[in-house]
Amino acid sequence: MGKRCLKAFVVGLLSVLLLAACSTGSSGDGDTIKIGANLELSGNVASYGQSILEGIKLAVEEINNDGGIDGKKIEIVEMDNKSESAEAVSVATRLISEEKVLAIIGSATTGNTAAQIDIANKEKVIVLTPSGTSPTLTVNDDGSVNEYIFRTSYIDPFQGTVAANFALKELGVKTAAVYIDSASDYSKGLAEAFIQDFEAGGGKIVANESYMQNDTDFRSTLTRIQSANPEFVFIPGYYGDVGLIIDQAREIGIDVPLMGADGWDSPTLVELAGADALNNTFITNHYSSGDPDDTIQNFVEKFKEKYNGKSPDAFNALGYDSVYLLADAIKRAGSLDSEKIKDALASTKDLQLVTGKVTIDENHNPIKSATILEYKDGEQVYRAKIDP
Amino acid sequence: MEWLQQLMNGISIGSIYALIALGYTMVYGIIKLINFAHGDVVMIGAFTGFYAIVGLHLSFIPALLLAMAVCSILGVIIERVAYRRLRNSSRITALITAIGVSFFIEYTFIYFRGAQPQSYPKDVLPETSINIFGAKINSQALLIFVITIVLMIILQLIVHRTKIGKAMRAVSIDPETAMLMGISVDRTISATFAIGSALAGAAGVIIGIYFTKIEPLMGLLPGIKAFVAAVLGGIGIIPGAMVGGFILGLVETAVSAIGFSNFRDAAAFFILILILIFKPTGIFGKNVREKV
Repeated sequence: MGKRCLKAFVVGLLSVLLLAACSTGSSGDGDTIKIGANLELSGNVASYGQSILEGIKLAVEEINNDGGIDGKKIEIVEMDNKSESAEAVSVATRLISEEKVLAIIGSATTGNTAAQIDIANKEKVIVLTPSGTSPTLTVNDDGSVNEYIFRTSYIDPFQGTVAANFALKELGVKTAAVYIDSASDYSKGLAEAFIQDFEAGGGKIVANESYMQNDTDFRSTLTRIQSANPEFVFIPGYYGDVGLIIDQAREIGIDVPLMGADGWDSPTLVELAGADALNNTFITNHYSSGDPDDTIQNFVEKFKEKYNGKSPDAFNALGYDSVYLLADAIKRAGSLDSEKIKDALASTKDLQLVTGKVTIDENHNPIKSATILEYKDGEQVYRAKIDP
Repeated sequence: MEWLQQLMNGISIGSIYALIALGYTMVYGIIKLINFAHGDVVMIGAFTGFYAIVGLHLSFIPALLLAMAVCSILGVIIERVAYRRLRNSSRITALITAIGVSFFIEYTFIYFRGAQPQSYPKDVLPETSINIFGAKINSQALLIFVITIVLMIILQLIVHRTKIGKAMRAVSIDPETAMLMGISVDRTISATFAIGSALAGAAGVIIGIYFTKIEPLMGLLPGIKAFVAAVLGGIGIIPGAMVGGFILGLVETAVSAIGFSNFRDAAAFFILILILIFKPTGIFGKNVREKV
């Protein structure tokens, strides 16, 4: 590169930086409240992010049609973090410094939300994850609470506990195998709670195996699990891998009930595993569109109207609820000061949402019920609702 | 009969590695280039098969043949555009170009299609379990094994019984003398790429059917492992690639079967290190002293 070239390059770079610095707007002024959405719109778990965004849009549309929050309309700034935690950090930075959002909704997974903890606490911007279920998101190892991190979903140990109780009491099994995604905190957290409660309830864990995310061949480990002869297999993973695991497990002859958690909840799971293989499998989830409850049926109807008759899944519901949870706190705070909103959010009590009646506890975790669903010919069927 | 089941699992993966390894080894044998874009040809094959089955409603065999045809054309284009000009430059130049081609194919494909995974249709091949001594053998796995063996036999026939095969062997031994004997070196190399890439295309469709999930970066890991298989058998030697592929598949399965599934990928690369230290020419390789 010649000297003149270099000079032109430096001048160009400087002017770009200058422009970027000038172009930042700000939230709160005028008649809008800017809320960022830091979501997995592409990549490995794209279906979570896209579902959440659909829910968010429906809720925002409803609130704005009803006159907004104290007369101010909500504006959603959506950005794609490509299902990668490094990208989630850069999206959060852009939302805070360039878009000046009041709060961020997202991300869908524990890992991508965890990546934003530091920046949220430092910049004092609320990050509300609709579906990050790991306890470590809101509470640090030393027991201190991350002040600006909140969630709409319940936490991992609860799903593991529910699965253990369901297996012992409803299905009446005595032995179980656990098959974990060794790279995921989510998977390990659920498995830990499951193992603890299953053994406390008199059950026996006969096999404890793990896989790596994005493996495609699970047959050899599944063969190993099969030779341990479990009556039940708990697979707390994400749908991309679990779809293949279920398909291959049924193929080599594991016919016992399989169970997972909200990580299974995606239409892609049915495509990957096949409807037949999915029979006799269960998941714990945040909500079911088949639940006869009035609030839920009302939501299902409105959702179907907006999205051409599509039945809402749990991520749709959580995205929708996240907006209402935040809107309720902003309303009670009575100002657009993020510290006041944070305190209002932490003191949420008995707020009726689609995924249950929510009370936020001292660790920023919602206390609410879990739903158990069964797959029948590729459809999720409502099985039971379990209170905390 | 757990071990019999595991043996079948290992052979199934091994046959996929072997198919991919053949392409690596053929290209290396003729122009001494490790074609890192080979794994991405596998990916293109998998997606061609998918679109042929879902979009054109073809059954398995026509879809397989179409994927092989598309991939062999792609292989020839890659060689013509990227490698031919570099034939007389240093080996590292060609190697780096190969990595560039690999990324180019992956991310061009992602740009136009997106990175989300796709599930293969399930009703392409009849799926029943055959019970042999208490081990459940999937009929698909059996068919895949048969197809792999048939393709390998055809390849052996091409290399040893046809004129183009003779030309390939001649060029791989000494390109200049081969040219003096009236063999078109360019055309022979193109044919090598065509055949190797067709096998990669077949491997892509088989991966799609056997593992159900395909995505734009799916070629990366199988590609690198097949490279290990090729080195294990002795790179440039066709029977070596087959044997190397099967051995690698069996070793990986064995590692999972004794409960170390997290080390499965590590095992393949550990083998590579061992081979490079103790027998760099591979199982079938002869020690040839480099001429100075």
